[in-house]
Amino acid sequence: MASHYEAPIRKPLVLGDKGYHDVTVDIAAPVEGRANKQWWIVFTIAFVAFLWGVGCIIYTISTGIGTWGLNKTVGWAWDITNFVWWVGIGHAGTLISAVLLLFRQKWRMAINRSAEAMTIFSVIQAGLFPIIHMGRPWLGYWVLPIPNQFGSLWVNFNSPLLWDVFAISTYLSVSLVFWWTGLLPDFAMIRDRAVKPFQKKIYSLVSFGWSGRAKDWQRFEEVSLVLAGLATPLVLSVHTIVSFDFATSVIPGWHTTIFPPYFVAGAIFSGFAMVNTLLIIARKVCHLEAYITVQHIELMNIVIMITGSIVGCAYITELFMAWYSGVEYEQYAFLNRATGPYWWAYWAMMTCNVFSPQFMWFKKLRTSIVFSFLISIVVNIGMWFERFVIIVTSLHRDYLPSSWTMFSPTFVDIGIFIGTIGFFFTLFLLYARTFPIIAQAEVKSILKSSGERYKKLREAGKPLYQINKTTAPVNTVVEDAPAPSADTDAQVSTLLDTLGTFDPGTDTADDLKRVKGIGPLMEKTLNGIGIFTFAQVGRMTAKEYDLLDSITGSFPGRAQRDDWAGQARTLNNNE
Amino acid sequence: MYTFSNRLKIGSFILMAVGLLCLGVGFVSAPSTVEEAKAIVASHDDGHGDPHAADQTHGVADDHGAAATHDEGHDASHDEHLLHQLQNRPWSALYVAAFFFMMIALGALAFYAIQRAAQAGWSPLLFRVMEGITAYLVPGGIIVFVILVLSVLHMNHLFVWMDSDVVAHDKLLQGKAGFLDPTFFLVRAAIFLGGWILYREYSRKFSLAQDEASDNSNFVKNFRISAAFLVFYLITESMMSWDWIMSVDPHWFSTLFGWYLFASMIVSAITVIAMVTIYLKSKGYLEDVNDSHIHDLAKYMFGFSIFWTYLWFSQFMLIWYANIPEEVTYFVTRIEDYNLPFFGMVAMNFVFPVLLLMNSDYKRINWFVIMTGIVILAGHYMDIFNMIMPATVGDQWYIGIPEIGGILFFAGLFIFWVFRALTTAPLQPKRNPFIEESRHFHY
Repeated sequence: MASHYEAPIRKPLVLGDKGYHDVTVDIAAPVEGRANKQWWIVFTIAFVAFLWGVGCIIYTISTGIGTWGLNKTVGWAWDITNFVWWVGIGHAGTLISAVLLLFRQKWRMAINRSAEAMTIFSVIQAGLFPIIHMGRPWLGYWVLPIPNQFGSLWVNFNSPLLWDVFAISTYLSVSLVFWWTGLLPDFAMIRDRAVKPFQKKIYSLVSFGWSGRAKDWQRFEEVSLVLAGLATPLVLSVHTIVSFDFATSVIPGWHTTIFPPYFVAGAIFSGFAMVNTLLIIARKVCHLEAYITVQHIELMNIVIMITGSIVGCAYITELFMAWYSGVEYEQYAFLNRATGPYWWAYWAMMTCNVFSPQFMWFKKLRTSIVFSFLISIVVNIGMWFERFVIIVTSLHRDYLPSSWTMFSPTFVDIGIFIGTIGFFFTLFLLYARTFPIIAQAEVKSILKSSGERYKKLREAGKPLYQINKTTAPVNTVVEDAPAPSADTDAQVSTLLDTLGTFDPGTDTADDLKRVKGIGPLMEKTLNGIGIFTFAQVGRMTAKEYDLLDSITGSFPGRAQRDDWAGQARTLNNNE
Repeated sequence: MYTFSNRLKIGSFILMAVGLLCLGVGFVSAPSTVEEAKAIVASHDDGHGDPHAADQTHGVADDHGAAATHDEGHDASHDEHLLHQLQNRPWSALYVAAFFFMMIALGALAFYAIQRAAQAGWSPLLFRVMEGITAYLVPGGIIVFVILVLSVLHMNHLFVWMDSDVVAHDKLLQGKAGFLDPTFFLVRAAIFLGGWILYREYSRKFSLAQDEASDNSNFVKNFRISAAFLVFYLITESMMSWDWIMSVDPHWFSTLFGWYLFASMIVSAITVIAMVTIYLKSKGYLEDVNDSHIHDLAKYMFGFSIFWTYLWFSQFMLIWYANIPEEVTYFVTRIEDYNLPFFGMVAMNFVFPVLLLMNSDYKRINWFVIMTGIVILAGHYMDIFNMIMPATVGDQWYIGIPEIGGILFFAGLFIFWVFRALTTAPLQPKRNPFIEESRHFHY
């Protein structure tokens, strides 16, 4: 892609003394390690909320939509509000992965994976609502234009609601393909590091046989670019069509032309806020502060500030045009929003969406993690109210004053909404434990140009390949071991290439004597070569045995006979 | 340092002279009495046969559709209306061209500010080119302002709401009088232009000062004022579009209008940046600009052409779909009286750029970019034409001597001013902290 040169005034995107292997280890750690207590607590809460939502959905479907607070005038309320809210949140993922890719923004690489995951999970939540709202979801396929034996049933192509079905299903499938394509090299990395056969099997399956050859990479880059090109118009189209739902069909005759771009801006706005919410927590829990840095949060805050201002500009434009038009219906619609019975929703929306992001003009505030987290929540509340205002406030004062009414949600409305939040977090928490949550292959591609270590080396005028580890693997066992002679050095390094090196900073040495056939002396010899763990021994094949024999020169064929590798793998799995 | 080639300079003078002449002819040949106006229309009909005769009947039905009977009084008022339309024609031609070239400079300024505020690494090599183009904002903006002042002084009837007789009989316009007030209108125009020009001059000053500086303080200042300008621009660009363009149809309104105009503006501006860059490069300047820079500009041309179409479609579709009489009339007029320019413009602004610039290799071929650029510029001139003309000249539109004269004159002035501004500073910034990144840029 772009040049590897980077201006010195640019801040590093990977902090700390991180080399390529460190990136691998750090990003694989949450997947390879065990879940801690906090994860279980949060997961339990999310799962319970999800179950409550499932209960409410079952109640709705078995009893009917009458369990919701809808009435004759306000025939759309929380269902469609939640739907649009979730679709909107889903926008940031594609924006970060596709649009920022086209703009060559390197900072996207630390956050795109999770943003895309968030997109997919939130679009799943959004997709639930139209299906539940049908009342008979088993007939859900009726929204697709398929021939049917009833003759009179045919979807209404004049309705943006139908366009939504196409837009959102296209969006979901392209996002999913994009996400998974990016995951292939990362899954392959976990596959190659996996020691347990089950994990290895699963990650082999999901990495689609990624081999890391140049041809793989070339195809990978090509397909990424094509998908980015496809996804970019999709970002615009999805929320444009959602906006058409309201611009054309909430109140007959009422519409405003700014809706399409302003909905898109609003969607990006809420999506980035949700990315901020999720990643501020994830970076802490998964110890990824070196990759998702304060600068990343600051840049996301700036995107929130810009899109928030665009949305604010659109609000004011609508207000002004309502007055300027001289059309009394138009004027009433907006007067009622600001001063009618739902004034609190309107002002909640204004405060959260227009005023709160303006704090981000101050560098102190936008680099404060606590403040960013707070604003990200506030923005998401505001964006929920925006949809509520557009839908409920418009509907509750229709053209027939005798039917004017208010809407109040039932526990089922609330339960389903809470349920989707629970479902969303359940999915995200499971994802955080099983997927590499940072696109490590991409981060590695910018490590030399934007990593702090390499930036420092470059500034100091030192060669970039110099490895200046401060801690050497020193322990008593190593000292006692006979040092391998110079002519075996090359063989040792070939051996370690396939077996993997031992990093005393992150790995712990195993008691190799537990392998039948390895005595104390042999253990010392192996340690001297650099083999300390069962995992390393477990990777040995006939070739490595031969190499080992030629290095140690003792007991030729012993290792193969005793099947050290097989034993080591079993021992490693039992650990 | 760039030296303004004599051939180009003479070329720009010839364009200006021919343009001025054509505009003069346009003004002189405009009718001053109802009889002359009728004679002009009659001779047109002779010359062009049926299409215009058909238009003529449309005009009657449209403009005064409310009056079903064609009594004497109505005929007289129709003739009066026709006279005004024909008198408006040279003014509209002047205004459309003046606005179009001013808009290119303003769009370039916005693009430049975005590059600065985003701390883009690829574009600093092109900053001087952009600064050269934005230099035209000063004369271009002043000319537009003068035309607006002349409108307020009733020298023409471009803005029908400035006529107090019309307002007195129009309830809707009375409702808007607080905003559509001639004095307030000019004050707003002065604030918009003042703000834009102020940013342009300061940014240029800091940009030049950065070359000689020993630290990055000028660069930082430029970053700050660019961000501030973008906020100012976000607000003023929309208001400007309501004031200077949307209010020629004072009954009609669309919330999207400001952003729609922005799309036209930015795509024309980037096209001109690409064209000037390619020209300078062909003359041996801008050695460090490589075909990746051209590729990026062409990508923006491609992308913003699609963005323009997106907004065009959104505005059109929503108004067409709702079919509210007071709004849909805007498009009815355009489809009936301006069918070819209205849909032709969509072809030029969407179909051409998409087909020609889709292939990534074509975005690096200079003559391909220039060729597409010419189509894009013509298409966006037509866009502005379609925004102004239906309100000012109605069905009496024509791309004839005054229209072409307007384009030639302002094109000449634009070329002269921009290239003169390019001679005043080295074409490559020296000490911009991102200049090395821009120089290494390859895609």
